[in-house]
Amino acid sequence: MTKKFWLSRWTRALVFLLCLIPLGNLIWRFEHQQLTANPIEFITHRTGDWTLRFLLITLTITPLRTIINQPQVIRFRRMLGLYAFFYGSLHLATWVYLDKNFDVQDMLADVMKRRFITIGMFGLLTMLPLAITSTAGWVRRLGYNRWQVLHRTIYVTALAGVIHYYWGVKSDIRLPLLYSGILAVLLAWRIAIALRASPAVTAQRTSTRSTHPLRPPADARE
Amino acid sequence: MLIRKPSDLRYSDVTPKNLYFNRRQFLAAGSAALGALASAFSASAETKLNGIAKSQYSTSEMPTPHEAVISYNNFYEFGTGKDEPIKLAKNFKTNPWTVSLEGEVMKPKTLDLDAVMKLAPLEERIYRHRCVEGWSFVIPWVGFPLSALLKQVEPTSKAKFVAFQTYYDPKQMLSSRQAHIQFPYVEGLRLDEAMHPLTLLSVGLYGETLPPQSGAPFRLTVPWKYGFKSIKSIVKVTFVEKQPPTTWNMEWSQAYGFYSNVNPEVDHPTHSQANEIRLGVGNFGQRIKTQKFNGYGDQVASLYSGMDLHKNY
Repeated sequence: MTKKFWLSRWTRALVFLLCLIPLGNLIWRFEHQQLTANPIEFITHRTGDWTLRFLLITLTITPLRTIINQPQVIRFRRMLGLYAFFYGSLHLATWVYLDKNFDVQDMLADVMKRRFITIGMFGLLTMLPLAITSTAGWVRRLGYNRWQVLHRTIYVTALAGVIHYYWGVKSDIRLPLLYSGILAVLLAWRIAIALRASPAVTAQRTSTRSTHPLRPPADARE
Repeated sequence: MLIRKPSDLRYSDVTPKNLYFNRRQFLAAGSAALGALASAFSASAETKLNGIAKSQYSTSEMPTPHEAVISYNNFYEFGTGKDEPIKLAKNFKTNPWTVSLEGEVMKPKTLDLDAVMKLAPLEERIYRHRCVEGWSFVIPWVGFPLSALLKQVEPTSKAKFVAFQTYYDPKQMLSSRQAHIQFPYVEGLRLDEAMHPLTLLSVGLYGETLPPQSGAPFRLTVPWKYGFKSIKSIVKVTFVEKQPPTTWNMEWSQAYGFYSNVNPEVDHPTHSQANEIRLGVGNFGQRIKTQKFNGYGDQVASLYSGMDLHKNY
């Protein structure tokens, strides 16, 4: 029953639409002049927040499927990761267009001189190859193992994201610390699993139906 | 001293009437559908100020809409988000109020609000307001030169700096831990900066008393310095011999100097100060070049002659 729920086309459509709410909210606020006195700052912060949130949600999927014992939730991982990329692109576009008005020299100077922008830009760039190779075709072309190694880059992306946030705030570091804490838990879970399972992993590599929590069984993959 | 070309314009001449009066229609409408926003406005106790004279120091630039000025504030005692002070300062009682003047003075004094309001005739000063974060407003302040207050106590020859302190009550304000800056908030000026005719003790804006989130009942307005120097809700003024500690400087001295004069040539560590977004213009604000001393160089540059402004940022 639950398996049917997770695999349903409707559930997928629902999640897809839910992920668009933050964008819808921004558009509504623009129409109703609710973007505060400083719209550029507001849009920049909102899109940045959602980039980081989607990265963390994406990283929650793997632990979640083990913890609630619902392997099918892995179906949503790609979509959520692509939404992180989507909101990250909006975050970048806000900066390039609204904030910097395509002033290339000014932007280059910022990237070179300001560490929070340097690392933010780095984080966004690390998402690009992941977004490109997110299709089933690329999984096939690279082979699942190589593809999986490449996609572990998301750990670097998320780290860059929380550091970017931490370095960017003026003084109130409560939220950057909260996001860092969540990321630390998500990464610690993976390290713990890897340490516990490492001798077994090699032995099971050839098995078609892996019991390793980081390796989805073949039928749950997209 | 060179004085900028006098302007006879007041905000009532330069702000489109519909912008300025919108707020009243908004208040009158006051429908429940407007919810929290409406209640934030209608709870305000600002009163109209009378007998306000024009000033030659006013800019003719378009003032930022009133709603933006009173809804987008940095007042960390009432929240670190700029939309928070308007909500969290709503019940801040600013009358009765006293300010004490002490330190290197002949006649230390404590003045109540009424006494402060009678110190000098009220003037309207339309000033550019540049925040260190890279945005700017144009605000029609109401007040009088700070010198009128400072002269009350006859500073001694030892008085070289003036230190200011904001009211602090942990029961109705954030803790230092929550806000991540030390409270009470303190600021300071060199005595000649404090006595400069541009330096204002503001008691109102847009023709009314200050709303709490803007620093009621009175605050500094030092238009050639970044906004955080213009300390709000002042309870203590101390004349001192040595440069006093200032809040943001203690927090991060590379980013916030004691002087903090607006200067496009001196970067802030997280962003350039070469330009600013003038808020309230168009859909997203307008990016404009930042002027040295926020465009008040003709009047104030002489205060810093011979000083290296890259070192004394």
